Amino acid sequence: MDRWKRITAAQRTLPDETVPLVLTAAGRHGPVVHAVNAAGDARGIMAGARVVDVQAIHPDLHVEQADPQGDQALLERLAYWARRWCPWTVAEQDGILMDVRGAAHLFGGEAQMVRDMHSRFAMQGLRARLALAPTRGAAQMLARFGAQGAICGPEDLVSVLAPLPVSALRLPGDTVRLLERLGLKTISALEGVPRVGLMRRFAGVAEAVNPLVLLDRALGRSADPLDAPPDGQVMLARVRMAEPVIDPLPWVEGLAEDLTGQLAQAEQGARRLRLTIYRVDGEWRWRDVSTASASRDPAHFVRLVTRKLDGIDPGFGFDLMTLEALRTEPLTLHQDRLDGGRVAGADVAALLDRLTAKLGPSKVTWAAWIESHKPERVETGVPALAGTAQGAPDVPRARPLRLFDPPEEIAVLYAVPEGPPARFAWRRVAFLMARFEGPERIAPEWWRDRSGTRLRDYYKVEVTDGRRFWIFRDGIVGDARGGDPCWFVHGVFG
Amino acid sequence: MNDSSLGQLVRLGDTRGVADLPAPDAAQAVLKDALSARPFDAAVTAFVLSCLPRSKAPVLWVQDRASRLENGRVYGPALKGVTLLRVEVSHARDVLWAMEEGAACAGLSAVVGEVHGAPPVLDFTATKRLAMRSEASGVPVWMIRSGAVEGLSAARERWRIGSLPSQIHTYNAAAPGAPVWEAELFRARGRSPGTWTVNHEGRENRLRFLPRSGDGPLEADHGRTAHAAG
Repeated sequence: MDRWKRITAAQRTLPDETVPLVLTAAGRHGPVVHAVNAAGDARGIMAGARVVDVQAIHPDLHVEQADPQGDQALLERLAYWARRWCPWTVAEQDGILMDVRGAAHLFGGEAQMVRDMHSRFAMQGLRARLALAPTRGAAQMLARFGAQGAICGPEDLVSVLAPLPVSALRLPGDTVRLLERLGLKTISALEGVPRVGLMRRFAGVAEAVNPLVLLDRALGRSADPLDAPPDGQVMLARVRMAEPVIDPLPWVEGLAEDLTGQLAQAEQGARRLRLTIYRVDGEWRWRDVSTASASRDPAHFVRLVTRKLDGIDPGFGFDLMTLEALRTEPLTLHQDRLDGGRVAGADVAALLDRLTAKLGPSKVTWAAWIESHKPERVETGVPALAGTAQGAPDVPRARPLRLFDPPEEIAVLYAVPEGPPARFAWRRVAFLMARFEGPERIAPEWWRDRSGTRLRDYYKVEVTDGRRFWIFRDGIVGDARGGDPCWFVHGVFG
Repeated sequence: MNDSSLGQLVRLGDTRGVADLPAPDAAQAVLKDALSARPFDAAVTAFVLSCLPRSKAPVLWVQDRASRLENGRVYGPALKGVTLLRVEVSHARDVLWAMEEGAACAGLSAVVGEVHGAPPVLDFTATKRLAMRSEASGVPVWMIRSGAVEGLSAARERWRIGSLPSQIHTYNAAAPGAPVWEAELFRARGRSPGTWTVNHEGRENRLRFLPRSGDGPLEADHGRTAHAAG
């Protein structure tokens, strides 16, 4: 909800705080409520209810789409950010778990640390519900069902958890329903049941959803370690100068060697590189280059980076320079051919890198095609680093080898009633038509063109000396879309 | 067979004309120039396209801004079986740089560059560099030039191509038929220059060279050109 507010506030005005607002996700029978704001909470709107029902009860409800993937991505980023407090953090479905064992004293005690976490999340614009407990299960339960910022010691674990409902154990819906039907509504009631009975009842249930196992874990009777993902590796090579220098070129090779050494050790290849210089006046300048395929060839890096160094402004000199691999991909050592020859595909990929690095991504393109009747729309280019080559589509009629974009108007010197002009002038040269073929009528695309676009009649025209043009008449007389139609040259045939 | 008035025996064997075969060898990795005989004539483009090696590997096609405006962009849907890697730059200097990079890359099937007019950067040295790179890496390089240029070039073959009135259309006498070009090889290393009338057979994508005297096609044309010019 907080994330939605922050993203939306950048684009449009938010609804008033007093208006109940829900974010919806797709449910089995239409959209269901995924998250509710404070006003909606006060009116008793529950997550999981169907949106149409809630709308019937609260006509002033404001409904928006939720973005669960975005939320999950944010949680995963936040989990790494939360390593400022402790080294073991992991993002789960709807929260972040942190193992703060042995870390609390660094922040002045547990209460201080919880307060610090709360204020730092608030600085990010996020409201966090925090709880600290001796076991992972207990912390998860307290964070969702207990008081805000609850801290629970090992001695009062049982008494704190006792009043919580069984759904706090993160059981699936049918298990919760079964337990409630049996009259076991709270943790204390569940604890009161003899173990043997529970064991027999849930013998065939998987560990992660077995109430007895989960209860044991929450109460610390069985181990429940945290499996934190490793820190992201930063591939960074740096060089410090004894005194400020102006020219970065002599250092690039050493940096590239260093970086490729690191990449080789991690069996990674770089897709994006950033060269940064840190100037003595406190500013920094950087240049980014991308590669078409993962690479860790130092000579290739040097070639790519040195091309981009022309416009970099060293100011009064710089004393630190770094080369960082921003994006990496696994790249294991491989050998395609026994005879040790060069691989053609790798050559082309390296060529694309060099061309794109120097000329820019929009200048180096693979041909790509879209379905369209308009000849000039059929072909679109995809940047060579982003896409792959496609074969040409089948065209029903002969198409010119070269196309003028936009079409160029011709002056009609001698018009004939049917067919193309017998004499016409284009680029100040007069042509005498010898033979022609056509027309091929291409109608405007009503789903794409502006209204008032006229149809085109294309002719393949051969002039007396053998050159062949593709000319068209824009519209026909009396189509009520403008005056007399004009003629244009659109292409030339080979 | 003695048909000579001087009493010499002249044999017209199978090898007639093979040594003097005008068709460009598609696999020959050298720099070749193709000049346009007249402005706005796509015959040059068509001739170069039919001379490219038939391969799945991409063709690097580099155009500068002036040639885009003057002659139009190469239109992809008309190019069957060519994987086009397009580079569009504004200055001839960048065209030459991109062509040099491409000529050194053995993964390409060919490199085609287009330059309009005679920019000062496109001098003998630049073409020499291109020619040497092409020969070292084994990638054929074509340079298409328009705008009446007669400067120096280190190209191993220099062609001037223009359109001729096309053949008779099979079904419609008023319509243009299959294209006919006039190809003039005005500078070549290791072969004699000449002028030919060229038919393009679209179905097999091969060129048929006819001497201008009207003697009919060269005999060797049927044998070697079929895979050479394809």
